[in-house]
Amino acid sequence: MSAKNKAVSESLLTKVLLILAAVTYVGLILVLPLASVFSEAFRHGIAAFKAAIVDPDALAAIKLTLTVAAISVPINAVCGVAAAWAITKHDFRGRNLLISLIDVPFSISPVVAGLMYLLLFGAQGWFGEWLLAHDIRIAFAKPGIVLATLIVTLPFVARELIPLMQAQGREEEEAALTLGAPGWRIFLWVTLPNIRWGLLYGVLLTNARAMGEFGAVSVISGHIRGETDTMPLQVEVLYNEYNFAAAFAVASLLAGLALVTLVVKTLLEWRHGDQLAAAGH
Amino acid sequence: MTITVRNIVKGFGNYPALRDVSLDIEDGAFVALLGPSGSGKTTLLRIIAGLESAESGQILFAGEDVTDRAPQDRGIGFVFQNYALFRHMTVEHNIAFGLDVMKRGQRPPKEAIRARVEELLELVQLPGYGKRYPAQLSGGQRQRVALARALAREPSILLLDEPFGALDAKVRRELREALREIHDRVGLTSIFVTHDYEEAFALADKVAILGQGRIEQFDTPDAVQQHPASDFVREFLD
Repeated sequence: MSAKNKAVSESLLTKVLLILAAVTYVGLILVLPLASVFSEAFRHGIAAFKAAIVDPDALAAIKLTLTVAAISVPINAVCGVAAAWAITKHDFRGRNLLISLIDVPFSISPVVAGLMYLLLFGAQGWFGEWLLAHDIRIAFAKPGIVLATLIVTLPFVARELIPLMQAQGREEEEAALTLGAPGWRIFLWVTLPNIRWGLLYGVLLTNARAMGEFGAVSVISGHIRGETDTMPLQVEVLYNEYNFAAAFAVASLLAGLALVTLVVKTLLEWRHGDQLAAAGH
Repeated sequence: MTITVRNIVKGFGNYPALRDVSLDIEDGAFVALLGPSGSGKTTLLRIIAGLESAESGQILFAGEDVTDRAPQDRGIGFVFQNYALFRHMTVEHNIAFGLDVMKRGQRPPKEAIRARVEELLELVQLPGYGKRYPAQLSGGQRQRVALARALAREPSILLLDEPFGALDAKVRRELREALREIHDRVGLTSIFVTHDYEEAFALADKVAILGQGRIEQFDTPDAVQQHPASDFVREFLD
């Protein structure tokens, strides 16, 4: 749009005021609190920050959080793509039910999600005795944390992809069919390239939530220090113990991990901007 | 290759799209499926292509029953109204797609594929456009690419769903002529769907007029114009 077209462009004053309002709002709500976390974390210097991070419990929490994300993100990425593919490229009975089911983790509180697994796999739960008899630990152990993370992060990829794939329609896949391509080829060569940016974004959201989830994980983890405490849980524990410096150190690391994913996304968009434009996103 | 449509029935919910449709298309014919929207013409074309399945009835190519055959195995070329080009691939990759996806033993060597792409670009009068992306082409050019892509595997049957629907009058006329020429040169049996009777009569050897899921008349353009078989045909041509 040309800047000279006065009829459809705002006056300079309105523009400046709108931009100022937006910047102030984002600054107060988002940037300032985030900056305060980092400033608190480094208030006692790099050495104190380092000491807080290399604490064995903190290290265990970091490792656990990364492990949980490394397991749950790929699983939900694959399942999310499969669900979005089934829903948008095929007609079948129960399609709308499946869409609603995918939204369930969004609509229920994460604490409830955690509780559900406790009711199933806890010592007093439905499968509790059987699990105990077979020496399988799910509740208050890592498998439970992974399960809780899986359910909480389940909708992100599918929810990101469904509107995108609906907008793209089925014609390209149908064209590939008439050109003799087998199903898996169509998926790899036609569908996947068309959704890769949506998929990437969904994966990043999933990752951010997987590393940051508190409620569901808090219920199922049992808070065993150095064993089932993830980074968010570790932050709370440290904070409740008035160990503010360490709490902020771990918190800033957690925020840093999230920022890294954001930077990666921006970099990718910047490097592949022309392809993005060609794909019409 | 002859195409035989035998007693095809298809409904969407309670709404009958095709009621007992039969059609015999000769080898080398250029046939138009003509009718108002909702007459079932696109559905019939998609059933011939295998993109949709009929409730009953059969489709035969050269006398061979292909009713239960997947679209991949029917040996057809299909051109969509909105081109359906692969947006993330260049023109040459779009055209080569049908060859690239062939099984290892059957796939022509890379050099042969490249030569074939060049040959097809010549055929649709777009030499030198291979490196472009679909978004960088006009509507008429995109449909030419779609045509080249559909012809890459040398199908004997070409199916076109409102191929000129999204184009302006001048481009439409050019493309129409190009299509007719290609049809004759390659020796295809072609079926195209249209709601524009002038287009159907100008291009096709034979026109099948559909109304409400039935074939009202199937004859040469002259015969249809001079002897409309029903009131429906007469009204539609007015």
